[in-house]
Amino acid sequence: MENKSVSLRGKNILGLEYFSPDEIELVLQTAKEMKNIIHRDIKKVPALRGKAIVNLFYEPSTRTRSSFELAGKYLGADVINITASSSSIVKGESLRDTLLTVEDMGIDAIVMRHKAEGAAEYAAKVVKPVIVNAGDGAHAHPSQGLLNLFTIRQYKGGFKGLKCAIIGDVLHSRVARSDIWGMRKMGIEVHLAGPRTLMPRFLYEEEGIFIHDRIEEAIENADVINVLRIQLERQKSGLFPSTREYARIFGLNKKRLSLAKKDVLIMHPGPMNKGWEISPEVAYSSNSAIQEQVKNGVAVRMALLTLILTGGKNSEIID
Amino acid sequence: MKLLIKGGRVIDPANKIDKTADVLIENDKIAAVEENIVADDAKVIDAAGKIVVPGLIDMHTHMREPGQESKEDFASGSRAAAAGGYTTIAAMPNTKPVVDNSILIKGLKQRAREDAVVNIEIIGALTKGQKGEELAEVGDMSQAGAVAFSDDGHYVQKANVLLNGLDYLKPFHKIIISHAEEPTLVEDGIMNEGKRSAMLGVKGRPAVSEDIAVMRDILLAEYADAPIHIAHISTRKAVDFVRQAKKRGVKVSAEVTPHNLTMTEDMVDLTDSATKVNPPLRTDEDLAAMIEGLIDGTIDNIVTDHAPHAEEEKDREFRYAPSGFPGLETALGVLLTDLYHTGKVDLPLIINKMTAAPAELFGLDKGTLSKNAVADITIIDTEEQWTVDEDKFYTRGTHSPFAGRKLKGKPVMTIINGRIIMQDGIIIE
Ligand SMILES: [Zn+2]
Repeated sequence: MENKSVSLRGKNILGLEYFSPDEIELVLQTAKEMKNIIHRDIKKVPALRGKAIVNLFYEPSTRTRSSFELAGKYLGADVINITASSSSIVKGESLRDTLLTVEDMGIDAIVMRHKAEGAAEYAAKVVKPVIVNAGDGAHAHPSQGLLNLFTIRQYKGGFKGLKCAIIGDVLHSRVARSDIWGMRKMGIEVHLAGPRTLMPRFLYEEEGIFIHDRIEEAIENADVINVLRIQLERQKSGLFPSTREYARIFGLNKKRLSLAKKDVLIMHPGPMNKGWEISPEVAYSSNSAIQEQVKNGVAVRMALLTLILTGGKNSEIID
Repeated sequence: MKLLIKGGRVIDPANKIDKTADVLIENDKIAAVEENIVADDAKVIDAAGKIVVPGLIDMHTHMREPGQESKEDFASGSRAAAAGGYTTIAAMPNTKPVVDNSILIKGLKQRAREDAVVNIEIIGALTKGQKGEELAEVGDMSQAGAVAFSDDGHYVQKANVLLNGLDYLKPFHKIIISHAEEPTLVEDGIMNEGKRSAMLGVKGRPAVSEDIAVMRDILLAEYADAPIHIAHISTRKAVDFVRQAKKRGVKVSAEVTPHNLTMTEDMVDLTDSATKVNPPLRTDEDLAAMIEGLIDGTIDNIVTDHAPHAEEEKDREFRYAPSGFPGLETALGVLLTDLYHTGKVDLPLIINKMTAAPAELFGLDKGTLSKNAVADITIIDTEEQWTVDEDKFYTRGTHSPFAGRKLKGKPVMTIINGRIIMQDGIIIE
């Protein structure tokens, strides 16, 4: 059960490598309470009333940004968005200067998306507001990793001993890295598969990580399959020959799915490349939790924001 | 004007001397190295318990002049050098503009004489604009006093261009310094490709890019029977390639930096661009190979690759920060702390790699305490403990990965042309 001594108050959410299993547990427990709020008619609670949150996005991301925005708003916080394309980030202004400006506005938390790995950690060194990493290059996407765990818990009831296949572009995927940290900490076996050109060369097999050349091996008897999104630029830069070939050799289709456990759970961080990385019938099958992930994303982000800004005492969460 | 350095342990690798002795300097020359020299009219420097060596030589620095004087210039860079115990440094030509003609060589030599407190040698570009397409006027630059040639910062991608350079320069007795890195394999890479980059999700610079480049350059040097010098070698295999090539008589030499001798990829911190260098910090095995290569003679000399940048360029996202950091003021302390005091490398060897060896390799009339040699001398206290403080640096560069580190051993006096230029870390104007 919830360990009372665990608190995330004031903790920068930079990557799941910095989370203990107890801390992950606390987020998931809190997210469960938050999900009840989303199901209400009137979704607003005053847990974060008087708090100000900035979504500082240097990369476009409708999904993650609106998920954090809704999470903040449901909790009564004031949320503003600053995107790289908006005039707020003056061309040429350094990240440091932007962060200092944001800090001067009296912001409590900065939710940050940036294409440079380590940018969120850098931000945490530069300014005092709590930093939530909403994706830094191919390094980490901790809230996505947490919502994946939350979704697995919802469908599977627990973690220990599960086999999860993560397939596709592991090389460029921050989701994969956050999954690897988070899942291993919670006792899930992580099996990776995809084209060798999309697999980090020195990602060694170590406790809890298994690397396969054929996706069939990863999928076999899997309890969970997380299909990663593949950018089309990867084909243009020569990392795989064609989407047609990709679909034939690495795509998740009905036939390959039959290798997994019957009740296998299928996840995808979205948006999907339907037809080649995942077939539509699989994406919309009863095994798919892809729609549920979106809802869970809001709940997990509500939990994170509450925990880091208030410590998440129950009295403050439930009005 | 006479200076008498009394009672120090004199290490003069060029003359195979390692003994307690006095050094007498008359005017700007070494007059004698003997026990118990008496010279009543000399100013005496007590060097008891200290090490007296020929002035240190660094054949790979970036002085940023001309063009980026806000990062560094001869005045600031040479003071940093003197503070670090160096009496001679060589400046790389990847400046703005690139130093690729004799006018610039002559002009820079003139400016160095006016502004610098140490000897500054100028390295010319091998190709026009360092573009790797056509040979620069390397003969003319040789005659204007360029000490060596390099497209440092860039690999000479076209084999025929490097071969032409090797052939053409052979009669001029000038070495080509190769920045050995096959570029298509390192595009956008910001640290060593390895286990750590894999989990950080960071694009890596694989060791094989250096291995390939070093091997090709060795083969071309062998074919041309002309000398090639591998800049900042950093991989296990590259060291082995150089070792094997030397055995079969290829005129290949190599240099290594203090950081590639003492730091690994595990020390890369994405929130601190001080650890972003090129070549990148590599693995434990590579580091061990560097030390082995240094000891067995495969690696000829130690260079800092001193690469100062402006504060605002370095204090930003790791990916966008430029590579390199200022190394002149920390090199000796780091080497003494991590190699000498740990017993990995003995002191005379370290001194040789920083004095006699580079002098001989590049044909400099330096790096020795022979009678009548120019009186460039460094006095070292191997026991003094100190903490690296960037605020006390003479360089304009910031972001040393050694900032805040406690080191044991430092240069305490730098004498150039018989004049005391640095004493106890302070430059004497
Ligand atoms: Zn260099």
